[in-house]
Amino acid sequence: MRYDARVSDDLTIRRKPRPVDPPDSPASVGWTRSRRVRLVDSGNGFRLETGRRFGPIDVEYETYGRLNRRRDNAVLIVHALSGDAHVAGWDADAERAGRAWRARKPGWWDTVIGPGKPIDTRRYHVLCANVLGSCYGTTGPSSVDPKTGRPYGLRFPVVTVGDWVRLQARLLDHLGIERLHAVVGGSLGGQQALEWALAYPGRVRKCLVLAASPRLSAQGLAFNAVGRFSIMSDPQFAGGDYYAGPAPRVGLAAARMLAHITYLSEEGMQQKFGRRLQDKGRPDFNFGIEFEVESYLDYQGRSFVERFDANSYLYITRAMDYYDAAHAWGGGDLVRACRRVRSEMLVVSFSSDWLYPPAHGKEFAMALCRAGKPVTYVNVPSTLGHDAFLVETEPVGRLLRGFLS
Amino acid sequence: MSGRPTSRATPRAGAAATGRRAARAASRVAGALKEEDVRALLAHFEAERRRTTRRGAAGAELRRWQDRIIEREIPRGASVLDLGCGNGELLHTLCRLRGVRGQGLELDAAAVMECVERGVPVLQADLDEGLKGFSDNDFDYVVLEETLQTLHRPLRVLREMLRVGRHGIVSFPNFACWQVRWGLALEGRMPVTGRLPYRWHDTPNIHLFTLQDFLDWTKDEGVRVVKAFAFAEGRARPLRPGDNLVAEEALFFVAR
Repeated sequence: MRYDARVSDDLTIRRKPRPVDPPDSPASVGWTRSRRVRLVDSGNGFRLETGRRFGPIDVEYETYGRLNRRRDNAVLIVHALSGDAHVAGWDADAERAGRAWRARKPGWWDTVIGPGKPIDTRRYHVLCANVLGSCYGTTGPSSVDPKTGRPYGLRFPVVTVGDWVRLQARLLDHLGIERLHAVVGGSLGGQQALEWALAYPGRVRKCLVLAASPRLSAQGLAFNAVGRFSIMSDPQFAGGDYYAGPAPRVGLAAARMLAHITYLSEEGMQQKFGRRLQDKGRPDFNFGIEFEVESYLDYQGRSFVERFDANSYLYITRAMDYYDAAHAWGGGDLVRACRRVRSEMLVVSFSSDWLYPPAHGKEFAMALCRAGKPVTYVNVPSTLGHDAFLVETEPVGRLLRGFLS
Repeated sequence: MSGRPTSRATPRAGAAATGRRAARAASRVAGALKEEDVRALLAHFEAERRRTTRRGAAGAELRRWQDRIIEREIPRGASVLDLGCGNGELLHTLCRLRGVRGQGLELDAAAVMECVERGVPVLQADLDEGLKGFSDNDFDYVVLEETLQTLHRPLRVLREMLRVGRHGIVSFPNFACWQVRWGLALEGRMPVTGRLPYRWHDTPNIHLFTLQDFLDWTKDEGVRVVKAFAFAEGRARPLRPGDNLVAEEALFFVAR
């Protein structure tokens, strides 16, 4: 794998240039600063789903828009695998915190969050917290274990979606927010949103699950397994204790490249790249980058290793694997699990998503319906695959705006 | 196929042209009647029909006469599944006025979006794929307004309705009403009326049937007719004998 800087950033946005709201735009939440709070101290610890107690735990989170006097306008955004708490606006501390990539673009869902946008920060108090085990400020495998003075590495405990949600509930307790107006998430974030509706039915008024289902398919498990295999078989992985030396970059890049294929669709890839060669009229007849699609994946892999921790990738994909709402709340029966729900539910799938296919989203919606719960299910036509939940701003924005109000 | 196509789109210009055509044809044949008289008669029917409906919340669409009967007949707190719920207006009213637990089902993306915007729970799904995801007696009422004639397998959907719901509410245009017969008999063309505003090639109505056909089906299937209403002579009223000739549309409350 080569890590030259030949491929420009615009490759990813060549076909659909997305306008970005600069920090001084009235539609942007502007400059943001993340906050960090110690929610669990080292004493008793936080009881994890596996039974193990763990602490201390710091949680990094961001908020935009004012919490009203009745404290009932909070909208919790839950992020996906590679996401962070920086969901909108421009990170004022990007350079200082060693997160240079954030200086180049706004938060990961800036397209729908801001003044006047579908999740309107003039109306809602928006918050997002980084999940346990990640590498963006919340305690994770790259954090220093106070007992040893060294990063946890694989000594970090296995965490679950249920743990994340219970920790987010603790954050809300800390912030004095009893009830959420809504919880919104896509992909792995969608599974957290669903877990919110099941674990805290009285605390969520509206629950929006995008491009997700109550459990990952066998195919999804398989892709995650290959990603982890790639990381763990990188010679630089060193059993997870690579923080003092070079990181397992090749393994992590390969995992990301593989995952990116699952985020697009066959049709979308064909439209975006076809069989076009990368900046050349004829092939070079070697094993370098020949096709545009290779260049795209190379860029995705390369940029990911600059901003993500390989151990976090292992822990978070594992949490994604383990999540099974029917098993956790209904003894294997999804309809029974759904009887717990008291929130208004919106389930959205995207027609070409093959990681969380529409059939699974619909099956979930039907389970809610059979449990006697009013539910809205929408299948958005899109060629953009799983990524559509982030990229199809127009229909997703309308759904968000309509459902939240 | 989206729900309620016959009432969702009412191309007034097309209906007016048809009215003129029908009037000309009628005056040619009837001789005694002047073209103007027939046109006035048809205009009277159209005005009567409009008078009995009122503008919906969206302002643009006319409210259906069926909706007002359904709103009256469904008891407070019932659960209602509306198949082909369109923009969700009926469910919205039922939830607001009668406190029902409403669930819509609609395929058309734009209509689904409107449902979301007015807070009506809706499943985006194709009725022709059946209701197999629902269990027996999941709902007190299952509504199918102006959609039966657009389905590929109408009988399967009717049977499924009566499995999923304790009561079925069905409305449809009556292909045997005199305006239709008149148009077909005198003009020799597929009739285009206010209730059937499409031409033969662009109509979503692929299984046209009459009030009598439906009654026959209830007998054959052993389905009980609990209540029935007709829209005839410009107003909605309980069904009467002879309505197969005069009713433009019919509304049935049925049960197993």
